[in-house]
Amino acid sequence: MSAAILTVDDSASLRMAIRAALSGAGYAVTEAGDGVEGLSKATSGRYDLIITDLNMPRMDGLTMIRELRRNPGQAGVPIVFLTTESDEAIKAQARAAGATGWLVKPFDAAQLVKVARKVLGR
Amino acid sequence: MSGGEAAEAFVLEAADLLDQVERALLDLGRDLNDRAAIDEVFRGLHTIKGSGAMFGFAALAGFTHHCETAFDRVRKGKAPASVALVHAVLSACDHMRALVAHRDQPQTTEQSASGQALLAALDTAMAGSPDAAPAVVETAPTAPADDGTPTGWAIRFRLPPGAMANGTNPLALLQELRELGPCTVRLDRSELPPLDRFVPTECYLGWDVELAAAVSREQVEDVFLFILDTMELTLTPLGATAAAACPPSAEVSAPAAAPVAEEASAKPVVRTQESVRVQAERLDELMNRVGELVIAQSRLAQLAARGDHAEAVMLRAVSEDIDRLSSELRDTTMALRMMPMGNLFGRYRRLVFDLAQETGKAIALVTEGEATEVDKTVIDRLADPLVHLIRNSCDHGLETAAERVAAGKSATGQITVSAAQSGGEVIVTVADDGRGIDRAAVRAKAVAQGLIAEDAALDDGEVLQLIFHPGFSTAAQVTRLSGRGVGMDVVKKTVEGLRGTIRIESERGQGTRMKLHLPLTLAIVECMLVRVGAGRYAIPLSAVEECLQLPAHEAAGAGGRNFLDVRGELVPFLRMAEIFHSDRPAELHQKVVIVGSGQLRVGLVVDQIIGNAQTVIKPLSRFHAGVGAFSGATILGDGTVALILDVAQLLAAAPQPTRPPHDRALGEAA
Repeated sequence: MSAAILTVDDSASLRMAIRAALSGAGYAVTEAGDGVEGLSKATSGRYDLIITDLNMPRMDGLTMIRELRRNPGQAGVPIVFLTTESDEAIKAQARAAGATGWLVKPFDAAQLVKVARKVLGR
Repeated sequence: MSGGEAAEAFVLEAADLLDQVERALLDLGRDLNDRAAIDEVFRGLHTIKGSGAMFGFAALAGFTHHCETAFDRVRKGKAPASVALVHAVLSACDHMRALVAHRDQPQTTEQSASGQALLAALDTAMAGSPDAAPAVVETAPTAPADDGTPTGWAIRFRLPPGAMANGTNPLALLQELRELGPCTVRLDRSELPPLDRFVPTECYLGWDVELAAAVSREQVEDVFLFILDTMELTLTPLGATAAAACPPSAEVSAPAAAPVAEEASAKPVVRTQESVRVQAERLDELMNRVGELVIAQSRLAQLAARGDHAEAVMLRAVSEDIDRLSSELRDTTMALRMMPMGNLFGRYRRLVFDLAQETGKAIALVTEGEATEVDKTVIDRLADPLVHLIRNSCDHGLETAAERVAAGKSATGQITVSAAQSGGEVIVTVADDGRGIDRAAVRAKAVAQGLIAEDAALDDGEVLQLIFHPGFSTAAQVTRLSGRGVGMDVVKKTVEGLRGTIRIESERGQGTRMKLHLPLTLAIVECMLVRVGAGRYAIPLSAVEECLQLPAHEAAGAGGRNFLDVRGELVPFLRMAEIFHSDRPAELHQKVVIVGSGQLRVGLVVDQIIGNAQTVIKPLSRFHAGVGAFSGATILGDGTVALILDVAQLLAAAPQPTRPPHDRALGEAA
């Protein structure tokens, strides 16, 4: 069975690109448009990996990650965040919030798939 | 990342994001401490930069980066927001739009020069704030150099506490090490606590891995990239003989690398988006088809109405079902085309902001009724006329701050753009609280231009109407703002092209109000079908107020005093048979259809009222477009053509009881 990935991003074009790259690599992709939608989809479904942007309206990625980690049912689910910051402080914040890994924008399909494989182990 | 479709989506998205950034900048311009606006600007710029770089808009991403950096510092409180910064970034937004539009062409020298100039303006705006550092060139962190590649590595690692709860899977790490080369893995469980202190989400294990592969230190460290700085990791290079050095403790077999191909059978994924963007042409096409369907349906209804045999009765039932379905489909399609006026109003904030800069006047824009929904075509075609009206108000209507204060007004002039729905029409108003229209000046100008005779007797309304005359302009000098060759006559034509009317209210010293009355939708109109002589005509139902029998004494006196007493109110009427030169003798029981718009009412004398019909408006051909009495034509259920009466023109042609009735032929108004 292919792994299910939830991608949370307010940019429809980015979601589209992520979907294209990951479904091309055999993953099943679900989209959410912001942190609120991401949180509700993550907790109502079962995902093997969550890929999220940090800067989003309504609920930002950091808050969503914290909320997810407060939920015991979401412990252990890998969360990868997308960032353009070379700023280590943002990375440290996101990891303290409970993120598993990150990917620096811009990235290409191969880099995205590589990170997904890395955290999923498959 | 490739994908033309995603890049196309980005182009639309970038336009939305730039609109959003612009709105937030304008908010910020009003209140420099608006935190929400600062965050919104930053977020928008951030996404434009990030996604732009993803889809190959390198120039856009590079340029936006500088603006984003500036706003990041504002956001973090390292620099204050200033009006100069708002200006600089607003101008930068225009440049970004150009960069989005011209992504395929290399930047021209002018473009890159203007980009540089904008960035210089941005730097100037940011200068003076503490630690105003120039944009830092990002460099990739350099890993410590490693001399020579050993034949293998002894890897000892232990995960940081909480790593598993945060999604790090040690099996995935071992798997990745195996992908580098053959591994011998030994488990270190020396730190496993007694069961009563065991926390299931904690990882108490350590691993010793012997990797027999000639890979670099960075390649091994890369496996642990996400936890490298919090984990325990010891890497020892192995010589060719060191392979059997460690004593075995417990063997963990990580599964062999699963071939990727096995996972390629992704199940189809259901899209779960709440809204979809549709190309405007497809909507137009859908509307056309629905229009044809409505016509076909009315033909079907006519056929079904004939005969009383069993088949005809059944056909009628089916016809009624299809009638209901097609009118529901029509309503749904129409709703798809409706857009809130707010979409349009948003653009004018920037316009007014720029106009205030150019004229040096203090101008506040107030918008009302943003949620009012109007057909997309109306919105599209209204955009430019409204720009013209707003420019006019800023340029001619509003006084300078000094003049205003001298006149006892507040220094800031106000422009109000509002929309409201009233029955089947939408009223869009552009109002200012400026000096009002100077009738004497308008009159003098019209005389000078030979539009009217010097002694022409015009009432107030007629004087104001003069400004709609082609080529009329009262501006003492043509300014950069208003004098663009687009006159009020073009505004009027556009509004009339939308089957709307425009009205002016203006009071000296108090301001001017332009009211645009527009139909809610353009494509399909509910009409009343009437017969005059042998011809059939359609009257838009939204204009029909009531229908009466023409009193016998009025019917006789053709050409006499054409006023009707409707419950004590005098209403002028027009004999359609005369206007259309019908050669049939008038019928015995003629009907009067009273149509109105605003305060104006007129009765149309017809031979017969046939009933209601949904009509799809087809424009008249180029040769007939000048015939003023008609706004279009429609195809009836039986395939014949009916002309649609232009109520606004008929109202203009009728004498109104408020002033001495004089007979004016229709031709004058057309």
